[in-house]
Amino acid sequence: MTSATATAGTQRLRSVSPVRLFLSRPEFGAVVGALMVFLIFAVLSVLRGDVGKGFLSVQGLAGILEVSAQVGILGAAVSLLMIAGEFDLSVGSMVGAAGLLLGLLIVQYGVPPTIAIVAAFAFALAVGAFNGWLRIKTGLPSFIVTLGMLLILRGIGIGVTRAITSNTIVSGLSTYTANDPVAQLFTASVNIAGGSFKVVLLWWLGVVIAATWVLTRTRFGNWIFAVGGSDQAARYVGVPVSRVKVILFMTTAASAALLACIQVLSVGSADVLRGQNKEFEAIITAVVGGTLLTGGYGSALGSAFGAFILGTTQLGINFVGINSDWYQVVMGSILLIAVLANTYLLRRASGARS
Amino acid sequence: MQQRRKFAALAGLVLAIAACTPAASTASGSAAGSAGTSPAAASAGAAGGGDRANTLIEVVTHGQASDPFWSIFKNGVDQGGKDMGVKVEYSAPDTFDMVKMGQLIDAAVAKKPQGLVVSIPDAAALGPHIKAAVDAGIPVISANSGSDVYQSLGVLTHVGQSEEIAGKKAGELMKAAGVTNALCVNQEVGNAGLDARCKGFTDGLGGTVKVVQVDLKDPTGAQQSIAAAVQGAQGVNGMLTLGPTGAAPALAALKGANLLPNLKLATFDLSKDVLNAIKSGDMLFAIDQQQYLQGYLPIVFLTYDNLYGLVPGGGQPVLTGPGIVDKTNVDKVLANTGTTR
Repeated sequence: MTSATATAGTQRLRSVSPVRLFLSRPEFGAVVGALMVFLIFAVLSVLRGDVGKGFLSVQGLAGILEVSAQVGILGAAVSLLMIAGEFDLSVGSMVGAAGLLLGLLIVQYGVPPTIAIVAAFAFALAVGAFNGWLRIKTGLPSFIVTLGMLLILRGIGIGVTRAITSNTIVSGLSTYTANDPVAQLFTASVNIAGGSFKVVLLWWLGVVIAATWVLTRTRFGNWIFAVGGSDQAARYVGVPVSRVKVILFMTTAASAALLACIQVLSVGSADVLRGQNKEFEAIITAVVGGTLLTGGYGSALGSAFGAFILGTTQLGINFVGINSDWYQVVMGSILLIAVLANTYLLRRASGARS
Repeated sequence: MQQRRKFAALAGLVLAIAACTPAASTASGSAAGSAGTSPAAASAGAAGGGDRANTLIEVVTHGQASDPFWSIFKNGVDQGGKDMGVKVEYSAPDTFDMVKMGQLIDAAVAKKPQGLVVSIPDAAALGPHIKAAVDAGIPVISANSGSDVYQSLGVLTHVGQSEEIAGKKAGELMKAAGVTNALCVNQEVGNAGLDARCKGFTDGLGGTVKVVQVDLKDPTGAQQSIAAAVQGAQGVNGMLTLGPTGAAPALAALKGANLLPNLKLATFDLSKDVLNAIKSGDMLFAIDQQQYLQGYLPIVFLTYDNLYGLVPGGGQPVLTGPGIVDKTNVDKVLANTGTTR
């Protein structure tokens, strides 16, 4: 590394070693963190004598990946939005609302599953667009706009469901969707070595790859970074700021609808409380993955590692028998440590002196 | 509420740092630092040999740690583990989320435990996960909720309260106290469990019962409508509320109208207010589902099933309620509020 800095004087572009390049990636902290968290729980499991069961089993891994994938789908979309400098607190409620819409359409009104799925996505996209429009038109912080939407969607979910079914759970979907080929897209699973791996893993993979590709390989991706860095400056150089933001709000809402479809169709019921706290888990996922709260910097790939950390911790605590009363303490600590580590690494790797 | 929870977490943290020994948990008998992880606690009081120490029983419920009702359930689980000398590990989703609970059941199964205890508030969502546990050869007992579905899932037995039987008992007690014409105050319309309580009450009383619906979001309105219902229905001499949240406005309404000595009031479930009213004679009795036993008994049953193949119930549910709290035992209940009651 010293040689790299020594030659810097003679060239306009400083040459950087690949190690330093990796260190300066936003997802570096999350990759290291994921390894660390996994190792910690693996060691604790070995100490318990749990080899081949619990955390260190195929079945355990399948469980961890499923939990990670569910929050990871939201996390990837929320990362993009946060890089553009905005929040979406309504994704958790949207998981509940879109799921209820899906459930009510299928069970109460006998709508074919395919059409109900399309309707759930259309509803989410419309609400997402409205969030974006309201944010742009009013200039209110998205934190407030989507906080309002969080409450409204949750309330609509409870109100409408109770009015129609006088119950808070819509169940019995499986009789309508069991043999539906489109529903299979959201519910299929495969058994490998005793572990049941769900199709949600492929959705997660797809969403993360698509988000990373958009962010790093397309003009739209550049716009996202530009908008998050400074939307005034972005506007001056001709970036369609409003369009970028509205599309990103629609993306987060759509990711919530996707998760709702997966949950409702595979579980066979919808519930007015589904998706509670998911908005915070998605933000944690993004932040642990190296995305800055202030926007302009971050990674969709990092969110995948953030989601893995979350899933590993959530089930790991149960696997190694830590009293689950302490789950939130552990989660909060990991969030703080991850953010501190990210900030530190970022400063070190970018060569700034502190 | 939020503030209190934050404080509790902080206090717990201090406790954990100050004394990293399982002995710390005996101070409050609360959830913090329960039997879960420490081998010392697991073997304490164990009469059996290595079999018990190597027995792991997983408990997955829908009850959040912050809910006082479930904290007593969990106390029962922890005590069961201590008394049996087995390891128990308890988990619950941090919100009422059946997807998360299903994942927790899967995780519990992956630990290959010798027994599994689950509550089943939503059979559609949890059924496949429980079925998978049964298919994997793990003995499963359902607790608290799931009395209607446990048999079809291959669960050994159910430990809980039958709402209808509990309601019937309330009706019989009221009848014995001379009540012939009563109101059943329902504070949560649409909850099937509460409907069953009213139905059982009607059967047990054998007299006239009218159901009154109240809205708890408006305590003053609830109080007014209860008072109005008493005046509207001729000759009412008894009233049953279906929870402490309904009991408080009912008590206020009857006191306000000076009806109490002649009109007998009773309720489902316990609270400090309810217990004090029983002590002072304002209330006749309270029906307790005794959730401490719902946590405790499954641990005992699963341990004995594992050791000796002993399973009670014969496929029928094991009832933990109705437990009756009246003037004769209210002092004992008051003394144990928060730990076992």
